[in-house]
Amino acid sequence: MMVEKTPKLDLFTYISLIIGIIVVGFPIFYAIIAATLPLDEVSKVPMPLIPGDQFFDNIKEAWVKGNLGTLLFNSFVMASGITIGKIIVSLFGAFSIVYFEYRFRALVFATVFCTLMLPVEVRIVPTYEMAANLFGPLQGLFDALGLNSIISWFAGHDIEVNLELSLLDSYAGLILPLTASATCTFLFRQFFLTIPEELCEAAKMDGASPMTFFWKILVPLSKTNIAALVVIEFVYGWNQYLWPLLITTSADMTTAVIGLQHLIPSPEDPPTWNIAMAGALLVVMPPVLVVLFMQRWFVKGLVEREK
Amino acid sequence: MLRKRSYFKSKTLAYFLVMPQILITATFFYWPAIRGLVASFMRSDPFGLRSTFVWFDNYINLFKDPLYLKSIVITLVFSGSVALLSISAGLFLASMANRALKFTALTRTLLIWPYAIAPAISGILWLFLLHPSYGVVAIWVNRVFGLEWNPLLDSRHAMLMVVLASSWKNISYNFVFFMAGLQAIPKSLIEAAAMDGASPFRRFWTITFPLLSPTMFFVTVMTIIFSFFESFGVIHAVTQGGPGGSTNILVYKVYQDGFIGLNLGSSSAQSVVLMLLIVFITILQFKFVERKVQYTG
Repeated sequence: MMVEKTPKLDLFTYISLIIGIIVVGFPIFYAIIAATLPLDEVSKVPMPLIPGDQFFDNIKEAWVKGNLGTLLFNSFVMASGITIGKIIVSLFGAFSIVYFEYRFRALVFATVFCTLMLPVEVRIVPTYEMAANLFGPLQGLFDALGLNSIISWFAGHDIEVNLELSLLDSYAGLILPLTASATCTFLFRQFFLTIPEELCEAAKMDGASPMTFFWKILVPLSKTNIAALVVIEFVYGWNQYLWPLLITTSADMTTAVIGLQHLIPSPEDPPTWNIAMAGALLVVMPPVLVVLFMQRWFVKGLVEREK
Repeated sequence: MLRKRSYFKSKTLAYFLVMPQILITATFFYWPAIRGLVASFMRSDPFGLRSTFVWFDNYINLFKDPLYLKSIVITLVFSGSVALLSISAGLFLASMANRALKFTALTRTLLIWPYAIAPAISGILWLFLLHPSYGVVAIWVNRVFGLEWNPLLDSRHAMLMVVLASSWKNISYNFVFFMAGLQAIPKSLIEAAAMDGASPFRRFWTITFPLLSPTMFFVTVMTIIFSFFESFGVIHAVTQGGPGGSTNILVYKVYQDGFIGLNLGSSSAQSVVLMLLIVFITILQFKFVERKVQYTG
């Protein structure tokens, strides 16, 4: 331990940390105060910084007005679905890439790797079209080959084959496209590579099948990595914005983060910022609690994921 | 390509295991990306009935379009400001937290939670703080500087608002990485310099800061990616590109032109430009990581 007396610098350190924490915390502190005030208090200029007693009334109103019961449920399904899906898909993928030998292994790895370069933001319209009709490409093939006329000739009367499966306004649509992740697959791959060779040799000698080895040895060993990813991916899934915005049109299928916008008062409406802020608190609560209570896993996951 | 020395023989199982990942990436990543690439060379008539191959016309028109050029400038200003603000604040707070001997865990807890807040909600919180009629900051600015603060009408104020909302959310991410980077620096180096009489400031700039350069590089890349793409939520929820297109960053323009304006050719060309940018950043990142591995090993 270094012993060095720097009282002035120590004072500066603590003061800057306190100021930093206050500045970082102020927006949410302000939101909490606003959420406790009645309408006439919150629209005062400036708004008082002493909490009022309307907190539960405001929360209740935000819940009803913003349809938050349904939307929070949707967010929860989406975030959990993405988390579970991503982890399973990546565990299987990494297992296949590390523990098997086949001709297209390098190609598979490259394919997964290159998805890093295709975030949803750069393929907005075509991905939407794809989700709107999963069988679009197949239908295109059908039309191009003139198969419809062949079929109607074959059937003897006019029928038309219309292949359509839409993911719009569905949980599958919200979850599926986001369950492929290069970063998670990499993380598991890197981790599997550090596992001693002897484990697999021993398992094989004992006659364990690949899947027994996977469930009985690999998955238990990956527990801490999985826990870390659960935290990161839950927050990631909960906070998705662009994708749910594209794929949901019905007000009952959208997520809480997007639905919150309907609580923001427009210039013509009464300034119900107390309700908007109460709603905002409800929507940020789940991921914030996850990060705070699983902080150790969160930091580990964040740092490990980028290695 | 790395593989275990002892491996399983079943090829069927291997393909079966990797199948979900391949199917999803092919359906939702590669096929749309190819479609986008093709669409960027096409022009479709207003009814979407016919499309003709037009070579690079969409790209040429794009770079002749003053609105697009303006959007590039806006994106650069926006990302640059977010990077500068969130990286310097993150680094400052991390080095302070690393110095403090007490309450380290508490400090960390109190600084990392904004990471959990969605960009769009961060935008809404800041919109309330900076709201021209009800925001506390607006009133304060008006009283102290006598300035008519209005981010809903004034383009510079709007830009400042989205920069603040995006940086605020990103500070905690950078903070976590700088903390990890600082803790990885051997204490003996700092102690040796202290014995030679180097002041804490000098030690920071001559030892800590250079040793943090890999972290710095990584954090910069991630912040740029964040401000280019994920800040979509802030823009969409708060300004929708306005007022007068002053916060219309590139990714928002792709959405606006393609999804709302239905100008598919131009939107696809814009997507491809962004895709090339990401490819460039990724290559840069991996080149750098490779070099780092060589240094250490």
